[in-house]
Amino acid sequence: MSQKVVIIGNGIAGVTAARHIRKFSDKEILIISAESEYFFSRTALMYIYMGHMKFEHTQPYENHFWKKNNIQLLQAFVANIEVNSKKLITQNGEEIAYDQLILATGSQTAFRGWEGENLNGVQGLVNKQDLELLEKNTQNIKKAVLIGGGLIGVELAEMLHTRKIDVTILIRESGFWGNVLPQQDAQFISRHIEKHGVEILEETELDKIIGDKNNQVNAILTKDGKEISCDFVGICTGVQPNIDFLKNSGIETNRGILVNKYLETNIKDVYAIGDCAEQKEHPTHRKSIEAVWYVGRMMGETLAQTICGNLTTYQPGHWYNSAKFFDIEYQTYGSVLANAEEDIGDFYWEDLKHEKAVHIQYAKADETFLGINTFGIRMRHEVIDEYLSRQMKLQEVISNLKKANFDKEFSRKYEKQIQAAFNEIYSKVT
Amino acid sequence: MYQSQKSMALGGQPPKALSSLQKVAVSMGVLGLLILVLATFQVELPQKSLWLSLALGGIGGGVILFSAAAYGNKSAGIKNDGVWFKSISSRGLWAWVFGVLLTGFYIILYFFPALIGLREDAANVGLIALFDPFSKALSGNPASQWFVYGVLYTLAILAFGFKFLWKYRHSRYEKLRTISVMFFQTAFAFLIPEFMARLNGKGFSLPYYDLKNIWPLNYYNFEQYRVDDFISAGTVGVALLIFGIVSILVITPILTYKYGKRWYCSWVCGCGGLAETAGDSFRQLSDKSTFAWKVERWVVHSVVVFVVLMTTAVIYTYLGYDPEKYWLTKDLFLLLVGGLLSLVFAWVMIFKRQELEKDAQYAAIGYMVIIASLIGIHFFSGNDLFLFQAETLRSSYGFLIGSIFSGVIGTGFYPIFGNRVWCRFGCPMAAILGFQQRLFSKFRITVNGGQCISCGNCSTYCEMGIDVRAYAQKGANIVRSSCVGCGICAEVCPRGVLKLENDSLDGRINPKDVLLGNDVDLMDYVNQK
Ligand SMILES: Cc1cc2nc3c(=O)[nH]c(=O)nc-3n(C[C@H](O)[C@H](O)[C@H](O)COP(=O)(O)OP(=O)(O)OC[C@H]3O[C@@H](n4cnc5c(N)ncnc54)[C@H](O)[C@@H]3O)c2cc1C
Ligand code: SF4
Ligand code: SF4
Repeated sequence: MSQKVVIIGNGIAGVTAARHIRKFSDKEILIISAESEYFFSRTALMYIYMGHMKFEHTQPYENHFWKKNNIQLLQAFVANIEVNSKKLITQNGEEIAYDQLILATGSQTAFRGWEGENLNGVQGLVNKQDLELLEKNTQNIKKAVLIGGGLIGVELAEMLHTRKIDVTILIRESGFWGNVLPQQDAQFISRHIEKHGVEILEETELDKIIGDKNNQVNAILTKDGKEISCDFVGICTGVQPNIDFLKNSGIETNRGILVNKYLETNIKDVYAIGDCAEQKEHPTHRKSIEAVWYVGRMMGETLAQTICGNLTTYQPGHWYNSAKFFDIEYQTYGSVLANAEEDIGDFYWEDLKHEKAVHIQYAKADETFLGINTFGIRMRHEVIDEYLSRQMKLQEVISNLKKANFDKEFSRKYEKQIQAAFNEIYSKVT
Repeated sequence: MYQSQKSMALGGQPPKALSSLQKVAVSMGVLGLLILVLATFQVELPQKSLWLSLALGGIGGGVILFSAAAYGNKSAGIKNDGVWFKSISSRGLWAWVFGVLLTGFYIILYFFPALIGLREDAANVGLIALFDPFSKALSGNPASQWFVYGVLYTLAILAFGFKFLWKYRHSRYEKLRTISVMFFQTAFAFLIPEFMARLNGKGFSLPYYDLKNIWPLNYYNFEQYRVDDFISAGTVGVALLIFGIVSILVITPILTYKYGKRWYCSWVCGCGGLAETAGDSFRQLSDKSTFAWKVERWVVHSVVVFVVLMTTAVIYTYLGYDPEKYWLTKDLFLLLVGGLLSLVFAWVMIFKRQELEKDAQYAAIGYMVIIASLIGIHFFSGNDLFLFQAETLRSSYGFLIGSIFSGVIGTGFYPIFGNRVWCRFGCPMAAILGFQQRLFSKFRITVNGGQCISCGNCSTYCEMGIDVRAYAQKGANIVRSSCVGCGICAEVCPRGVLKLENDSLDGRINPKDVLLGNDVDLMDYVNQK
């Protein structure tokens, strides 16, 4: 009898694992997931609300794909795991046995225990049900306040903006996403967002959310005593792993499900990947929980090897990520820190129209290139990745930026301006 | 009415949110159309030139003003908000109304031109008469239904081209190629042939020739009356005839090799031009399923086989009439056609077999059908291709493919099936260019490492129904024969994953099982399996 692999969660992590296991083996594969019948792209939720796509467009595979590849699907919520008898129990009481179990349960909105966070009209945006709720909560409203910036915050702001809803964002730092972006970049983005008519209140924290007698939100109060009336509050202060149902299972958790470098949990034959996994040991340049799309995918690719008998270490390469702030595309490669230590140097360039920017960090000691943020300029992943691996020097990177450019044909080129700006600074320093 | 509805919804706003400027624009368009409708019902309009100018100015100006009002005060960037909420762009009621009206217009145009005032032996009346002065000013002849169509077609490309320029003003690629199609339509498709007609007279009569309209899209280019005309027009005519042959055999392969088929389909071609401008709001309606892809390959390649056979048969017929006049005899001609096809086929099978994979079988089937038919033509001789007369073949091709497919379905159904139905399922030119693009072109859409988040914007907005995401999320470059290089997938991708570019042939197709970002050398395992 072939072995049965059960995967909880049909997100990018679980589905990638399933696809790769199918590629290398004929094991029985079952994916159980509660949120939706088929895999869809969570990253595209905003486009459904804005009318760019319908829900079915966000499903990367046609419905017949699963059957054709002999991957079974079950829409159900797993309530319990009995690791000793190797079985799962769903909310409906159905028992399902497994030989190997992959937990790929993703994240949920992180509420921080504010007063009033349970009022109607207060919500986060992580899953399909949130989107449906958002559609309901934002019918005919005028004013929304978002708590926290970040990537979900800016997406939510753009979404509400298309429905002509007035948006104010409270952020703790002095620039947008300031806990990740260096000051100049954060302020560059703040200005761009504000240009679209979204108000950003910097260095402002939420004290509590105030409701009316129908339990409907009607204002928020900031810590410095300012009251803002509103009919919607979006919680964008981050996400946390979906692990509540594991409480009594014996599977070791902290913030997420703890895994070693092979993505194994403390229990034999139980693994965790994607947003819900927390790595006990991880490369110094990476975090223990990385809730991004690519990580889910890479973990899925890696774990499939192990499951198919090829014990493989999870070894992510150079960090990269990308996002879009209204009209400005952002890409990052390597390490660009918000609060870099003294021994790290910065090179920042912005065009005259304030639509493009580049931020490079390097080791001051020997000018080794550490990472780059680009705004409104696309970089060729492979090339920049190679620059990082080769530990290129700052100057060389600057003079080879053109080779790394990935902008559309006929786009304006900025390398000369960047080089000139660099030369000017450099000549002063040396 | 449909025009106004169309412009209303195309602006990126639901109709109820019209600004006052947009209301003015809509009224202008409606008034312009009203003039055309009045003319159609033969309401007497004395100053024809004036009324026509008012009508065209109203419609064109209305569309342009509307777009300026819709996009002018917004920041440059993607403008797809509400596309799937609006009736006209999501196959709602307005889409059907518009589709039916448009289809009706094509049916009248192709089959009942008398309804809009065409008269054979007398002066035109109605709508066509309204265009008479304009036509006389250009070519010296009275208008025909084709002249009316040509004017409206050019107007649509210009006005909606302007809208497109506003909408994509952040992208120089999009702007350049739109200016290009606007230019080719106005100059090559519309003005030059009219002026050429003016030169005709005294035994010198060039056929109506849109130079960029290449056989097999221009399926009638080598018919007897045209070839006779070309030859009797002396050096200029013969030069044009040679140009027609060189276009398809030499010029297109070279340009497609260097730039992909986009040089034609989205920079030059009139059908493509209309699809990209007036049809832009419907690009998301194309079918992305693998089933549709299968249908596409069968249908479009059948059309290629059909047009090759039809043209061969037609030329074969008239070669027979006058063996003295042409050095080219019936049999020599068949041998040439067969020889050329065999050369191409042999080259593909020897050098490109792997790349074609399963498609190699289809190619072989198509090749066999054509060769067998050529032999058939030879042995059954006469003017028949089996049971069909060459002339019957030609007229059925003209009716089925030239009129019904490219016009009535291809354009009339924009709001239902999307804007490139003809280009995808029906156009033999696109199929031949696609074949060249797939097998020997520097063009590809490069996928940026492991950056894709599978959101689906690219696939949704690909007018050719290519599931771009299926490639992007695997990190595989997109090398598809049907890609017309419109560049919209690369525009709408929120992560900058896609780039249209011409580069060397090596590594153009690069299936990756494991994407960039993971340091383990999983490729080794993949290769081992
Ligand atoms: C709005 C938004 C935008 C984003 N944009 C980006 C972006 O641009 N780029 C990027 O890199 N990342 C982005 N992310 C993050 C990215 O989407 C996640 O990192 C990724 O989807 C995580 O995938 P996953 O497979 O780990 O989990 P998920 O996709 O969350 O899938 C987990 C699934 O498991 C199900 N599940 C959980 N528990 C159970 C249970 N007990 N029983 C049954 N089913 C269960 C859940 O319902 C869910 O469907 C975004 C996230 C959000 C919310
Ligand atoms: S793949 Fe991209 S460039 Fe090609 S036709 Fe589709 S949208 Fe246009
Ligand atoms: S639009 Fe871009 S990110 Fe989205 S699926 Fe296509 S290539 Fe991937």
